[in-house]
Amino acid sequence: MALDRTTAPNIKDAVDFDIQLKPCQQYVLDNGVEVYAFEGGAQEVMLMELVFFAGNSYETKNWVAPATNYLLKNGTSSKSAFEVNEAFEFYGAYLNRSCYNETATISLHTLTKHFGEVIPVVSELVADAVFPENELDIYAKNQIQQLTLNLKKGDFIANRHIDEYLFGIQHPYGKYSTEESYNQLTRDDLVAYYNKYYKEGKCIVFMAGKFPSNIESVLNKYIGGLPLNKNKIELPAHPIIAATEKKYSIVNDPSSVQGSIRIARHFPNRHHPDFAGAQVLNNIFGGFFGSRLMSNIREDKGYTYGIHSYLQNHIQQSAWLVSTDAGKDVCRATIDEVYKEMGILRNELVDIEELKLVKNYMLGSLLGDVDGPFQIIGRWKSYILNGLTEEYFYNTIQTVRAIQPEQIKALANTYLKEEDFYELVVY
Amino acid sequence: MIQFDRFELANGLKVLVHQDTTTPMAVVNILYNVGAKDENPAKTGFAHLFEHLMFGGSVNIPEYDEPLQRAGGENNAYTTNDLTNYYCQLPAENIETAFWLESDRMLSLAFSPKSLEVQRKVVCEEFKEHYINKPYGDAWHKMRTLAYTKHPYQWMTIGASLAHVEQATMEDVKDFFFQFYRPNNAILVVTGNVKTEDIKILAEKWFGPIPAGKPYERNLPQEPKQEKNRSIDVRADVPMDMLMMTWHMGGRFDRGYHATDLLTEVLGGGASSRLYEQLIKVKQLFSSISCYHFGTIDPGLFVITGKLVKGITMSVAEKAVLAEVEKMKSELLDAQEVQKVINKTESMICFEDMSIMNRAQSLAFYELLGDAALMNEELAKYQAVTPELIQATAKTIFAEGNRNTLYYYSNTVA
Repeated sequence: MALDRTTAPNIKDAVDFDIQLKPCQQYVLDNGVEVYAFEGGAQEVMLMELVFFAGNSYETKNWVAPATNYLLKNGTSSKSAFEVNEAFEFYGAYLNRSCYNETATISLHTLTKHFGEVIPVVSELVADAVFPENELDIYAKNQIQQLTLNLKKGDFIANRHIDEYLFGIQHPYGKYSTEESYNQLTRDDLVAYYNKYYKEGKCIVFMAGKFPSNIESVLNKYIGGLPLNKNKIELPAHPIIAATEKKYSIVNDPSSVQGSIRIARHFPNRHHPDFAGAQVLNNIFGGFFGSRLMSNIREDKGYTYGIHSYLQNHIQQSAWLVSTDAGKDVCRATIDEVYKEMGILRNELVDIEELKLVKNYMLGSLLGDVDGPFQIIGRWKSYILNGLTEEYFYNTIQTVRAIQPEQIKALANTYLKEEDFYELVVY
Repeated sequence: MIQFDRFELANGLKVLVHQDTTTPMAVVNILYNVGAKDENPAKTGFAHLFEHLMFGGSVNIPEYDEPLQRAGGENNAYTTNDLTNYYCQLPAENIETAFWLESDRMLSLAFSPKSLEVQRKVVCEEFKEHYINKPYGDAWHKMRTLAYTKHPYQWMTIGASLAHVEQATMEDVKDFFFQFYRPNNAILVVTGNVKTEDIKILAEKWFGPIPAGKPYERNLPQEPKQEKNRSIDVRADVPMDMLMMTWHMGGRFDRGYHATDLLTEVLGGGASSRLYEQLIKVKQLFSSISCYHFGTIDPGLFVITGKLVKGITMSVAEKAVLAEVEKMKSELLDAQEVQKVINKTESMICFEDMSIMNRAQSLAFYELLGDAALMNEELAKYQAVTPELIQATAKTIFAEGNRNTLYYYSNTVA
């Protein structure tokens, strides 16, 4: 019998998969620091992430939080910046730091066999970073150059401004750096911020991978003995001051051949009952390669290399964004098509097969996303920092499985209204 | 140690299977032995444009993505100067969907005129987004043309010009497909929660009936040894000066390949590397600097590139780079520094091998090089590199006359 290539092989619907978030181990160090750990994986590698409540929501002067985070590995009382870097890199370990809005992190990726050699240096950074004046100078100078370069790029300008319109320039989610903010940073600012939010700050530890056998006692020795979690740290309230004007067009580079388009509206955080349903709607709209925006604007019209919509990953308040770079002469047409797709979602029921495809795609990717120790701990971290439990994981799956075209249409009528969106094109 | 099984179908398709029962997922990766280097110099950018067309429907299946997404899968592809690689990840239970889709597009594409028309535009937008509408976006185009006079590495995968992409015809598409996208020019790798005996059955069923093509005899013009340093000046509306230097290096089979890789680590790997410490921190000549190499199969380029601190002249910056380079030739590295870059490499390999996706891509790449088992010998090859070998390699690469320099000046008035 000839092979039938026109009929798809039978599949198991991803909605029928039993997707589990594997539990993580939880314990508390002597100083009250909580540890969440997931042990597993085939390679002898591990990840340790220290999460501090030190994001830019806590700073009172612009860019102190990111600068402190960046420079805390640039010298201790006994080691120069070079020696700190050498201490990690000699063992093939990577010490990274990242500053977000609520939190700021120090993360260590290392071969398991070298964990014992590098953990003392991580501890030293939390207890004894000194922020040499010279390091701050080099940082500020080089960051200003980098900023000058970035300001040449339309997509960079567009990302800054759309957040500013949504949240206001004073809000942690809306503020950005300027040459002035780098020039005004002082060593004292950084030291004070470090003392309060790192050295004696609030910290949670996330671990994943293959652990050495004595992991708990090692952590207690190097992290559990630090003066962390002594003071109560209150998250300051920041009012959202959204722009009143909704439509913007900026000419950044008259010779530009493309425009960077951002279309955005406010959206509640993960605790809102519509969040999971909106993610399904978002996928249909512009959330993956097979979405309507991609199919129409890239695959049918060829206006852009890519167009995406997504819900911002914020803790307090999210936003719903459409983002693309399109040919200069087709920017307007692209924006019109985005609104047209919103209208179709508001006015027509999504086809049951299309909805099923999106559900399968979402749950299939979720199955892949909770595979592997780093991915699993990453999900736990997100839930813990957002004040959610594993119930959220299973409820989301339930919502994705159960949602019907009528509910999708209702969500579109609530959230995908053209008049609610800010619109920006940077040429 | 990555274990795998290997078999070959009668039509020449090589199949590799690596089992990992700890994951519910599977990866299906197909590498085609064709890259931008195989393009006609008058029709560059074609291998990459073609990669886009591979998603425009095949002879029996109007749409590639949709059935894969329905099966809970995701996919993507990339084109390099050496190869084109397609991969998808999906729940292992649905793996046959990937075989069905991949085998049909290997059998034949739909060759839809609409798909060609749209993807030409999409690739032109990609070209603009990455190479025109970006400061220094044309630097690599200029550097490749400077460094290579004969070898097809002189153009980028996106193509030498927008015009080449715009002019692609359906005849070109068909010729390219039937020349290169044949089972005997491909490597199929399956990793994840799968069994070799099941994969054998699926491979025979879906790929077995595809006829072999005429074997491709690659006969590329080789780059003659460069005897004299070359340089060009570029002036553009960029905010700061950039210095880009390249040297010709050996190919992937060169005896000095692993030493070259470690040499880039010594010079530019991380914040404890020499260029970072000396030129950014101590001398404060550059605001950013990096050192890396192409990693290409044919002889590639060893690269040092950085942006100058405002007020520093190009010649001061260049001398400082050359002084660091000179040290690599004149002084033997101490054992500690060599140990560091070997440790870093060991760590990189271990982290890379965590996912079934990376394992699949590595197996395919090493099989292309001749034997997937080479993947498991890499670490030992790095560990065998001595300070003497690094010095000897540095002397070869940094030989006088072997250098190409791009002086990229900012014409912005400060």
